[in-house]
Amino acid sequence: MAAMAVDQKTRDWADLETSGAVFTDVTKRFADGTVALDPVSFSVHPGELVAVVGPSGCGKSTLLRLASGLCAPSSGTINVGPGNVGYVFQDATLLPWRNVRRNVELLAELQGMDKPTCRAAASAAIETVGLTGFEGKYPRALSGGMKMRASLARALTMSPGLFLFDEPFGALDEITRERLNDELQKLFLDRRFAALFVTHSVAEAVFLSTRVLVMSGRPGRIVADVPIELPYPRSPSLRYEPAFASRAGQVGAALREGH
Amino acid sequence: MSATAVVEREPGGHPPEEPGRRQPPKVKGRRKPTLKVVGPPVALSAVIIGIWYFISYVLLQPSRRFLLPPPQSVVQVGFLTWSNLHDILTSLALTSKAAGLGFVVAIAIGFALAVIMSQAKWLERSVYPWAVVLQTVPILAIVPLIGFAFGFNFRSRVMVCVLIALFPIITNTLFGLQSVEDGQHDLFTLQGVGRWSRLWKLQFPAALPAIFTGLRISAGLSVIGAIVGDFFFMQGQPGLGQLINLYRDRLESDQLYAAVIVSSLLGIAAFLLVGAVSKRVIGPWYDSARTTGAS
Repeated sequence: MAAMAVDQKTRDWADLETSGAVFTDVTKRFADGTVALDPVSFSVHPGELVAVVGPSGCGKSTLLRLASGLCAPSSGTINVGPGNVGYVFQDATLLPWRNVRRNVELLAELQGMDKPTCRAAASAAIETVGLTGFEGKYPRALSGGMKMRASLARALTMSPGLFLFDEPFGALDEITRERLNDELQKLFLDRRFAALFVTHSVAEAVFLSTRVLVMSGRPGRIVADVPIELPYPRSPSLRYEPAFASRAGQVGAALREGH
Repeated sequence: MSATAVVEREPGGHPPEEPGRRQPPKVKGRRKPTLKVVGPPVALSAVIIGIWYFISYVLLQPSRRFLLPPPQSVVQVGFLTWSNLHDILTSLALTSKAAGLGFVVAIAIGFALAVIMSQAKWLERSVYPWAVVLQTVPILAIVPLIGFAFGFNFRSRVMVCVLIALFPIITNTLFGLQSVEDGQHDLFTLQGVGRWSRLWKLQFPAALPAIFTGLRISAGLSVIGAIVGDFFFMQGQPGLGQLINLYRDRLESDQLYAAVIVSSLLGIAAFLLVGAVSKRVIGPWYDSARTTGAS
């Protein structure tokens, strides 16, 4: 199986003291008996943006919850490198009673950092995502795209070594989505974090990632591991080129097979 | 999202936000012509006062007019005659004090109980039924008991207000504390925050809209509690309820109606006051504050 081969190849990476995450034979069974994940093994390292695609309910999000420690595996091991984990949820999960600045400050504040540190971290992150000038706005006054930017900025304040994205742009319109894809790519090239990016969109997965993991329906297994060796930076027009289409076709075929 | 809520400014030096979202032309507020806003309520009030006159002068024979004296007579006797007004205002002060104090105590107890119940399912399962019992026991049956047990004094009046105002505060606060979205809980869990930090920085602010809904109901109930309680607390300085009772016994219907009007004004004032505080606290960020808020 493709997944196993890749796992062998990357095992030696696991010994390195880097950030990122290594899943080894991880299974997850919920209390009600549902098996969310059959043994899954893969790894993601700094400089890798691994996209995870699969049908609804295949355990994609469970992978992220496991990697972040929000839930524990039923068996197998998960090694996550030192450094912070950034989690960008499907909803922006902004706190409506805090304005943009105070929302972005939240994580540092919860970590008990002092006010000036929180402020500085927030200002830098707000500038990075292009929300300067909107610091005083409450979430209800923001568009969906801007909410996601604020959510991204919030995660950035912790300078995460491992970034987990749970369909962050799933609810956005196509144009906004492509724009944010573009900006996320820049951010990735700049910071070189390790990232797991869960998405429903094959195009988004291929455009952003260094590798696409294709999962089967429940219980989730990795049925294909498609490397995307298209060079960065990738321009938005790449989406309409044959090289892109062939990768997307490969991922799409694997999706249909595993369904 | 409403068009006016969209930010009107573009971030300095940054690419404009999503081309798909054209900034709408700046609409100044949503002010309607004054006549349209004020007209209908004024017209309805005029109709109601008209009906009042109609009943007083047309339906009721002069001998029975005391059942509903005409408005100007109520104003003349009840509000413009100093001795009557003085009695009513003195009672109003006492009733307001009992209702206000009862409301504050109910808030303290209600918050405490809701917070306790929000901490564990088994606590909720144990405590909640008693809150329901508290609500379902007829308050009129309880008031005399409170009087016998604690004396027919000011403290007992306050206690009646607390009893009657407590339930909506408990239920709405608890509902609010439990209404936090899973994603927001996850966000806090990932930071490893403790119970109190989560309560104070996440659950409590998230609960505020629900809390104010409860407070708005309870403020009115507390006033009702103070007036109903009065019917049983016949000693000492009279509250509005006692005064109403007294006027009824004396068939002084002008004063009676004046006292009833003042009672309901007190309830309205309590309602508006909570509405104003609510608007101030959650108005800037809560979406439906402007539609449900008493302005």
